[in-house]
Amino acid sequence: MNRGAIGRTYKSGESIIRQGDHGKCMYVIQEGRCMVVREEAEREVHLTTLEERDFFGEVPLFERVRDPGVVRATIRADEGGARILTVDRKTILARIHDDPSLAYRILETMSKRIRQLEEDMVRLVTEGMDPSDE
Amino acid sequence: MLRQPRHADLGSLATEQTDGDATFQLRDGGRIAVIGGGPAGSFTSYFLLDMADMVGLDIDVDIYEPRNYTRPGPSGCNHCGGIVSETLVQLLATDGINLPTSVVQRGIDSYVLHMDLGSVRIETPLQEKRIAAVHRGAGPRGVVEPKWKSLDGYLLGLALEKGAHLIPERVDHLAWVDGRPEVKTRMGLPQTYDLVVGAVGVNTNALKLFSQLEFGYEPPQTTKTYICELPFGEEFVERYAGNSMHVFLLDLPQLEFAAIIPKGEFLTVCLLGESIDKELVQTFLSSPEVERCLPPGWEMPEVYCHCSPMINIQGASVPYADRLVLVGDCGATRLFKDGIGAAYRSAKIAASTAIFKGVSADAFKAHYLPSYRAIGADNRLGKLVFAITHQIQKHGLGRRMLIRMVSREQRRKDAVQRMSLVLWDTFTGSASYREILLRGMHPFFVLQLLRHLCVATVRHAIAGIRSLTMRWRKPLSQQRSTLEEMP
Repeated sequence: MNRGAIGRTYKSGESIIRQGDHGKCMYVIQEGRCMVVREEAEREVHLTTLEERDFFGEVPLFERVRDPGVVRATIRADEGGARILTVDRKTILARIHDDPSLAYRILETMSKRIRQLEEDMVRLVTEGMDPSDE
Repeated sequence: MLRQPRHADLGSLATEQTDGDATFQLRDGGRIAVIGGGPAGSFTSYFLLDMADMVGLDIDVDIYEPRNYTRPGPSGCNHCGGIVSETLVQLLATDGINLPTSVVQRGIDSYVLHMDLGSVRIETPLQEKRIAAVHRGAGPRGVVEPKWKSLDGYLLGLALEKGAHLIPERVDHLAWVDGRPEVKTRMGLPQTYDLVVGAVGVNTNALKLFSQLEFGYEPPQTTKTYICELPFGEEFVERYAGNSMHVFLLDLPQLEFAAIIPKGEFLTVCLLGESIDKELVQTFLSSPEVERCLPPGWEMPEVYCHCSPMINIQGASVPYADRLVLVGDCGATRLFKDGIGAAYRSAKIAASTAIFKGVSADAFKAHYLPSYRAIGADNRLGKLVFAITHQIQKHGLGRRMLIRMVSREQRRKDAVQRMSLVLWDTFTGSASYREILLRGMHPFFVLQLLRHLCVATVRHAIAGIRSLTMRWRKPLSQQRSTLEEMP
């Protein structure tokens, strides 16, 4: 990873956010890949792998609660590490207020994730498959 | 037949609503000319095509840009300090535009404030590199093998990837033909468009082309700045400057802001203020505060890349007409800081207005003008912020108070960093001037300021008394030594 590059560099396997943390920021992957892992009953379920330009941590930003929302999965840097840029909650929400088109990409990604979730649910019900087996 | 479109009358309360007027709606096959392929032009083209794609609209975008951004030196550069602000880096990432390492020469995570009383490093709370130091062109004059790419070239590439066409020629004629703008280059045939986006800089003659269209456009007011690129080599830049921007608060007349920015093998010196001249540049570079940051015995090379570009300090009077809108520097930009961020914001709002609301003067008035005016309003507050900074620069007591307050905040990391954040946002352009002023008016901030001012005043007085006492005692001691020396 380039030392002069923007963002913060995480080593392979290092956690960027942990399940149960309070989400105060959104994160955008600048370089590398990240694993999304859900910890359930002392077992880790690998939900998905995020690529460069993908973002995470956006859901707690939009949850209208007094305290920042709770993160529901752990995100770790994949093999080779990852370089991550933090996007402040206040910056993003203030700018979406002035420029709603900034939210298009977030909505687009969230829609894709809901669609993927629906497909996984249907597959689970019809085939009894565990999506993490893939 | 020559027919001039309606002028944009800023003062009138036009009741005619043309947002929905089909004449001024972009349709499939609609043609848009973007004059200027700097950040404002590339962002406008990118977002026009992106938003058109979103609503299933098929439009053609031609970018007129004669500059070759792969060529080092002034011919491939748009002359600017080359800082992408913390806010813009975040917004671009949210929009899916990551600045690659081939473009970002140095991620900045802190700045060092230099004054005659000393220096203090101010770090971001997250300790993350969120400011990008870039070269607008392929590098300064004299670079044989460019290691980094041009920011402007990268952004232009993104617009071309989206589907824009590059016409690498200079526009030398603009006219209205049947109510539509016509664009002509020296070599090409006249082309008529549904919309022309003016995205030229203030250091170009192209501004006259828009004045000649007679829609009430008066170019922005400008002032001269100074930028130079000093070659020190990557090792020195890494060791001495690191990931910090060096900001100087010196008591020099005319100088509003001075910074040294690390970039790959170069240090960029950037001076802003009222008509920076050669004498001021020399005074700045030979000041002890600047000399402390440079290698001992360093001398200015005989040949180095430098320029004195004009910058926009007050926006153009009328930034739109029917089928015409001006974005970036030729319209309004942020005072002294974050010009690329202002280009991004104005480009995006102009693009969304054209796609969703139409290209009439009334559509731009209703949806583009408020943001345009907001930039001007914020700049008026910016002038106040810089006037305050200038007073602190001028008075020793102010500088003493400032460095004391910041040093204490930086020593106690758990403390609320009020002054550090105010300075961070002022010098990096990461927040609006309104936000900076509001933060500066916070009661706790004012109380702390007064406390540090009192302490600085008392210490200043004590230092003065000590100095007087020393002067009074000196003759006595001199007398004593003379007596001792006597046989």
